[in-house]
Amino acid sequence: MKVELEADKCVASGQCVLAAMDVFDQDDDGIAILLDEQPAAEHLDGVREAVAICPAAAIRLVDQ
Amino acid sequence: MRRIVVVGASAAGLAAAETLRREGYDGSLTLVGDEPLAPYDRPPLSKQLLAGEWEPERLALRAHDDVAGLDLDLRLGVAASGLQLADRTVELADGSTVPYDGLILATGVRPRRLPGAGGHVLRTLDDAVRLRDRLTPGKRLVVVGAGFLGAEAAAVAWRLGCEVTLLEPAPVPLAHAVGTEVGEVLTRAHLDRGVDLRCGATVTEVTGDGVRLADGELVDADEVLIAIGSVPNTDWLAGSGLAVGDGVVCDEYCEAARNVYAAGDVAGWYNPLFGLPMRVEHRTHAAEQGMAAARNLLHPDARKPFAPVPYFWSDQYDMKIQAYGYLRGHDEVAVVEGELAEGRFLAVYRRGEKVTGALTVGMPPKAIRRWRQAIATGADWEAAVPSRSRVEAAPGGATA
Ligand SMILES: Cc1cc2nc3c(=O)[nH]c(=O)nc-3n(C[C@H](O)[C@H](O)[C@H](O)COP(=O)(O)OP(=O)(O)OC[C@H]3O[C@@H](n4cnc5c(N)ncnc54)[C@H](O)[C@@H]3O)c2cc1C
Ligand code: SF4
Repeated sequence: MKVELEADKCVASGQCVLAAMDVFDQDDDGIAILLDEQPAAEHLDGVREAVAICPAAAIRLVDQ
Repeated sequence: MRRIVVVGASAAGLAAAETLRREGYDGSLTLVGDEPLAPYDRPPLSKQLLAGEWEPERLALRAHDDVAGLDLDLRLGVAASGLQLADRTVELADGSTVPYDGLILATGVRPRRLPGAGGHVLRTLDDAVRLRDRLTPGKRLVVVGAGFLGAEAAAVAWRLGCEVTLLEPAPVPLAHAVGTEVGEVLTRAHLDRGVDLRCGATVTEVTGDGVRLADGELVDADEVLIAIGSVPNTDWLAGSGLAVGDGVVCDEYCEAARNVYAAGDVAGWYNPLFGLPMRVEHRTHAAEQGMAAARNLLHPDARKPFAPVPYFWSDQYDMKIQAYGYLRGHDEVAVVEGELAEGRFLAVYRRGEKVTGALTVGMPPKAIRRWRQAIATGADWEAAVPSRSRVEAAPGGATA
């Protein structure tokens, strides 16, 4: 599974970091940074939570 | 549970539907929405879309394939018109009836209007496109209501070169929500740019060529935007037996009646974290509550009270405002970082003995996260907030 982040949609809410700290971080303006494009299985639930909760619909988890 | 119906196909309804599938529900899942469009996002309507920076396609909440993957019985462009609790059926405006074992209500809110003809509102994609097309340079726009929505629209219109008048009945915009001191910072942002913000101005009517104020004065305008709050979409539930007050009345599990839940802007529920009944109109909250309602519906033996720290952001001019918690009805405000005068600050809010809110403009995310945590854990105000930072004894009160 691969994580896609559309950073120009990001509204800096930080919800993804709360949901999956090992996969997302924020820069000083709050814009999300993808730390790990292909997170290990144990992080996928957190990523799915982030996809669902992101208020900008900026995150996708795609099969590959 | 083999038949679940979700009414309202936007942030809350879609999050509920997705969560049901993610949690393994494989029965029939009907999603009913009265808008003809695939679920789209509203916050950009008063920001990038109104500014002409984004086209409507960018607002889709999910890629087409992701929606298709949910295997929904998707009924778009048709409103739910009635609910029969005893028969467990939802009636649709096209005359059909959909039976359910579980139901999630996520019908959101609609804009409050003013007497008189004309005037824009800003809730749907259509509304936003219609207003955008009128906001050409030099146009005189009157915005009625300087809440978050009115302020955002005023900021965008100013940037597009419109002549903007912002009319607000309160002495300081948003003071009831964010406190007088912070409200004044937001006020200054309008005045500094030459937006004609007039407080204490109550509009009674939209006329053909502007608006009429309570004192009889006419304010001329080419376009009028009415941004005076919203009304929960609960009319269709009249006579259903569901308790409807300020929205659908739910308990701390977001349940309104047996196996009937509500989520998002339409849902009033009891938030145990604050010990208060609330109804929250925030984007993140809609998704969170949709997820919580779906989980509680699906796992009746493992229900969890829904006790979130509400989160909200707003973009006005070059300011990004972010708020956590419940600010309304606070007892005290303190500025713990930055300076109000510089327009870069982090303010925290007290209600009773606890830290219950935080609002920031232009501060880095790590600073904010700490205070979110304080709210989530119900941190004691005296212990958490240095006394020198306290600026306001009571909302609307004198500066200490
Ligand atoms: C212009 C604008 C800007 C905003 N900006 C921000 C922001 O910056 N930050 C923030 O946190 N929040 C913001 N919000 C608020 C946020 O968009 C809402 O909290 C969120 O959309 C709520 O989602 P919802 O699914 O509960 O309700 P809605 O998005 O209102 O969706 C409800 C859906 O149900 C449909 N419906 C209603 N009645 C029926 C019926 N009888 N049958 C079938 N369908 C029905 C409606 O047409 C609608 O499609 C903004 C809102 C607007 C309008
Ligand atoms: S949750 Fe979405 S909007 Fe919030 S910081 Fe992460 S990517 Fe950005």
